[in-house]
Amino acid sequence: MNLLSVEGLSKRFGGLQAVGDVTFSVPEGSIKALIGPNGAGKTTLFNLISGVIPSDSGTIIFRGQAVQGLRPWQIAGRGMARTFQHIRLFPKMTALENIMIGRHTHSRAGFIAGMLNLPFTWKEERAIREKGLAIMEFLGISGLENSDATSLAYGQQRILELGRALACEPKLLLLDEPAAGLNMRETAEMARLVTRIRDTGITVLLVEHDMSLVMNISDEIIVLSYGQKIADDKPLAIQKNLEVIRVYLGEEDA
Amino acid sequence: MASKYSQIILFSLLIAGIQVLTHVTDSSYHLTQLTMTAYYSLLVIGLCMLIGYAGQISIGHAGFFAIGGYISAFLTTHDFSAQKGLPIVGFLVKTGIMTRRPDLYGGDLLTVHPWTACILAVCTALLIAFVIGGPVLKLRGHYLAMATLGFGIIIYRIVLGTTLLGAADGITDVPAFGLPGGIEVSGKGAGRIANYYIAWGTVVAGMTLLVNLIHSRVGRALTAIHGAEDAADAMGIDTADYKLRIFVLSAGYAALAGVLLTHYNGGIGPSEASVIKSVRYVSIVAIGGMASLWGALIMSLLLNYLSLRGSFGTFDDAVFGAILILIMLFAPEGLLRKQIIGDVKALFGRSAGRGEDQ
Repeated sequence: MNLLSVEGLSKRFGGLQAVGDVTFSVPEGSIKALIGPNGAGKTTLFNLISGVIPSDSGTIIFRGQAVQGLRPWQIAGRGMARTFQHIRLFPKMTALENIMIGRHTHSRAGFIAGMLNLPFTWKEERAIREKGLAIMEFLGISGLENSDATSLAYGQQRILELGRALACEPKLLLLDEPAAGLNMRETAEMARLVTRIRDTGITVLLVEHDMSLVMNISDEIIVLSYGQKIADDKPLAIQKNLEVIRVYLGEEDA
Repeated sequence: MASKYSQIILFSLLIAGIQVLTHVTDSSYHLTQLTMTAYYSLLVIGLCMLIGYAGQISIGHAGFFAIGGYISAFLTTHDFSAQKGLPIVGFLVKTGIMTRRPDLYGGDLLTVHPWTACILAVCTALLIAFVIGGPVLKLRGHYLAMATLGFGIIIYRIVLGTTLLGAADGITDVPAFGLPGGIEVSGKGAGRIANYYIAWGTVVAGMTLLVNLIHSRVGRALTAIHGAEDAADAMGIDTADYKLRIFVLSAGYAALAGVLLTHYNGGIGPSEASVIKSVRYVSIVAIGGMASLWGALIMSLLLNYLSLRGSFGTFDDAVFGAILILIMLFAPEGLLRKQIIGDVKALFGRSAGRGEDQ
């Protein structure tokens, strides 16, 4: 059962075909990785799927419904959450408040209810807070809830961003280079967390450069090169794929 | 959570304390300026939500203030007697929406009832904010500032150039705004204390609603939009809708302030719509600390009062311009902060390296 199916997705920026006719699917409950050399179009593909930029052509089927053309907030509301390559936490908010934002799509207090402090919002706020605390505990960052989010250590900020996405209770979690800038110990911790997240039933699609992380945790791997998909297979098969070796290491006789 | 209401109670006590002080010192004439200050403060706290919390600048809020004030003033002073043959006017008179009242010279005026005029004025301002907010709020930073500035200039030129709105003279003889219980919003000396409490009561009520809002799911979403709009979008927040709603809400606060102050003063002139006024409101929000409703309110109380008392003399507008420059340079987080003493020391110790973390 595929949670996400992308078909013939293309995006051109001027003379550059950033993503060209890419087709792949992400089976429910799996970790799928998207790799490729710099400039291969990985982040563009992510932005197309999450609705940040519109595609030129192709379809994106998420949970059985076409989502291409929808705004990011609408796609988020359908159960897709993401993190960013360059951390985008909300400044001037505590770590817990950042995670509480993730509960937005699961709560409903609007302007009127908020201004009048209607009783139903009290219960809702309490539930949002408790869920946020539970997620911080799950990620092993309890005790940081009242810290200013952007003053946390870099590795903690990465985990906090992960927590904010988890608070959306997504069906599909998009992680854009979750281990970028992390040291070896932090990368191992991130790998453990992503696996645990998958084990709770959340499907994960990630872009990553750290090959040991990708090979260790992925169920399937797609390789992009110059916007084209050149391989889509299990990790072991990818390691033996001559085309993949060629784009990563260059021609043997070059 | 308890502290958010304790601040409201403290502020209410301050307001009552000021009134008692003016009573004891036999200087209750100060209450007139303080009442006017209250209505300007109503606009300032609404603007503070827009600028400080949602991160969207507006240099056109005097325009919304003027829309409220002018529509209410026009409807309650314009004589509709010439149209009284129309069936619609007859219907409006019957339902009490239009009323007859004597004018200053004993003549007979057929005007719109102040309550109806107030509702129409505020609703028109909300509608205009809704219509222009949609396209304008797609702009960011300087571009949004310029677009709202343009809006403010347009409103100013319209009220200045329309004969029906009194052109450069504005509209005078605006009637009192009757409230239940026989009290009325007007500048008559007898109702001075009552009007002081009506005005500040309105501010406290408006403040309570906004304080509730910033502690709610919506307040969190607005702060998130301010901090990282793309990330807020990715978290399922309809950022365009939230920005539009807070823009409309702040325009509503401005329009209501315009209506009430116009009835209190008994008139309104084009200077209320001027860009200088808009800049003044922005500078008060800035000196209050941008994202601080209480800072904005306290600064509004202080600065508007001093300005209305004439403390700044002919340099009135220049003072607010200077405040804006100085705050941006030396205290972009506002004046009312705990670390302010440390900042002053740092300023005199070593003045380089400011504002880089902005």
